[in-house]
Amino acid sequence: MSFPWAKHYEPKAPFMRWIDEKLPLPRLVYNAIGGGYPVPRNLNYMWNFGVLAGFCLVLQIVTGVILAMHYAANAAVAFDSTEHIMRDVNWGWLMRYAHANGASAFFVVVYLHIFRGFFYSSYKAPREMVWLLGVVIFLLMMATGFMGYVLPWGQMSYWGAKVITGLFGAIPVVGEPIQIWLLGGYAPDNAALNRFFSLHFLLPFVIAGVIILHIWALHIPGSSNPTGVEVKSESDTLPFHPYYTAKDGFGLGVFLILYFAMVFFFPNSLGHPDNYIPANPLSTPAHIVPEWYYWPFYAILRAFTVDFFFVPAKLMGVLAMFSAILVWFFLPWLDKSPVRSGHYRPMFRKFFWVLVIDVLVLGYCGGSPAEEPFVMISQLATAYYFLHFLVILPIVSSIERPEPLPFSITEAVLGSDDKAVLGESKA
Amino acid sequence: MVRIIGILVGLFFTAAVLWAFGNGAVQVASQDYFVEKTAETEFHLHPKELDQASDHLVAHWDKQQLQRGYQVYKEVCAACHSLRHVAFRDLEQIGYTEAQVKAIAATWQVPGVDPVTGEATTVPGKPTDYFPLVYLNDVAARAANNNAIPPDLSLMTKARHEGPAYVYSLLTGYSEIPAELTAEFPDFSTPPGLHFNRYFANLNLAMPPPLAVDDQVTYADGTPATIDQMAKDVSAFLTWTAEPSLPKRKQTGWPVIGFLIFATILAYLAKKQIWARAKKKA
Repeated sequence: MSFPWAKHYEPKAPFMRWIDEKLPLPRLVYNAIGGGYPVPRNLNYMWNFGVLAGFCLVLQIVTGVILAMHYAANAAVAFDSTEHIMRDVNWGWLMRYAHANGASAFFVVVYLHIFRGFFYSSYKAPREMVWLLGVVIFLLMMATGFMGYVLPWGQMSYWGAKVITGLFGAIPVVGEPIQIWLLGGYAPDNAALNRFFSLHFLLPFVIAGVIILHIWALHIPGSSNPTGVEVKSESDTLPFHPYYTAKDGFGLGVFLILYFAMVFFFPNSLGHPDNYIPANPLSTPAHIVPEWYYWPFYAILRAFTVDFFFVPAKLMGVLAMFSAILVWFFLPWLDKSPVRSGHYRPMFRKFFWVLVIDVLVLGYCGGSPAEEPFVMISQLATAYYFLHFLVILPIVSSIERPEPLPFSITEAVLGSDDKAVLGESKA
Repeated sequence: MVRIIGILVGLFFTAAVLWAFGNGAVQVASQDYFVEKTAETEFHLHPKELDQASDHLVAHWDKQQLQRGYQVYKEVCAACHSLRHVAFRDLEQIGYTEAQVKAIAATWQVPGVDPVTGEATTVPGKPTDYFPLVYLNDVAARAANNNAIPPDLSLMTKARHEGPAYVYSLLTGYSEIPAELTAEFPDFSTPPGLHFNRYFANLNLAMPPPLAVDDQVTYADGTPATIDQMAKDVSAFLTWTAEPSLPKRKQTGWPVIGFLIFATILAYLAKKQIWARAKKKA
């Protein structure tokens, strides 16, 4: 599970030896994120976001459990109990703002983590399983975030729930029964609110479980790195602790400054004002928009405005929206280039940046009203999105001529690697 | 194999979405415009600038202003608008003493039970009571207001974009229909019972101008009660009702950010020192 030069856990204190014999948990931690985990020495700051995402999950669970102590999941009082938290619970406003903005922070770091994966092709062998589990975590996060946004039972909560569960109605034949089954009724009401609360409480712990698998799968090949060249010798690595604990500590500090600036000074800037209006099934908001982290996918959903042969427009949109994420599952097999890092792939690199801009454009359109020119722009951007992953990536990976790679991580960092001369290069 | 299927699936979605794009393009080309110009799109105004003590980075409540705003709410808005998330006890936060709050609460009638017959009735408020609802239900509210429901105001400044400025602009934004509007959109009119206001999304607002003349209220602190002053004061009051913890939030924020900057600098120096070893080794 690790490199042969990995340091071994050697408890010195008798008590720690006693613990190690009975339950080697400190040993597990030491090997996972301590001195016993050798990590490539050249990781840049883009490798901070996994730790930050883990931190966000803990933050969300802690603030969320406290909020659940004061929140009432009943359609008659949910809105008022949220205001009760804001006004009457000691530091309740801080817990709620920390939780609402914590969701945004979680998605920010996870999106950066995912795009780091795109650029450095972190999904390639031997790390396919790490990637697949990561996509599962992302899907679970999407579901959890959506259900959490419903809980305050404001106008956007209600209408968001109605639109999103309405998507299932687009499925032929079984769509409508599925929609009714999901909601526990014909429209969002107490049954839906209660089950969303239950699942919103459950899913973060499922996410925590999948994160354990994600990290477990990562520790089998070890972390990738910005050159994409695999670790060859001890000089390519540094122990996780103290080197990367220190680096992650600094990254966490920067993250917390930005996060708390949002919580204390702009806590409502990412939310929609309509969610401070109690849910009203008789009054549809002028523009129903989901939270910002769904905007790119919402734009894809709305881009399909006309029927395509026998496929109705709505079904096309739903298929495309789910496919936009599901396509990530196939990335390890769509991109066959032997080179991982975008630093050595001139064509791939250009398309990567086009994708970044494309997704930002989709996000902007998804947050805008469904009118021109946003619909037409999101149609072009949606076309590129699918072309990028399903057509461009496979073709580029077979026609591209990568730039020369360094012999090893050591050479990339220090300019030379003795072993490159001493014979390992013969192999 | 995966890649061939992938390319086919990719082309399928691309074709479908470009087909939709083509349809949209034809439609736009035939109409000769992207967004239809209407009186609402051309003459709706963004809220005016409004400077409040609670907006400042070192935020505080201007308690004198909040008390004036409460007076405007009580004497003008409360005829139609409720404030159901606010309790009378909360008024201590805007500078009233416990005795004053008790006296203020008693000037309001809240739902209660007749101690003799046990029937539902109204009784004078106590500090622990919440501001009472104005109407029994939505039907009663519509019946009394030309088919419009006056919304609860507790969260109004958070429930609109740029809320405090929006409330202020709306209260001072009533006007005649400008001649340019009539020239450009001859069909535009304000239906009977509605009121033209350029700060309202569709320009026709059900609420009649609530602040009609200067000195509509007489301020206890002697501030001249111009329409503009009353609108500013009640906007400030509604900023408080929407988020009583606002200044505390910002005041908590500064030391937190300050500490984090200090801790992050330490973390950076620690990181630098630890990594210096790695640079030498190798």
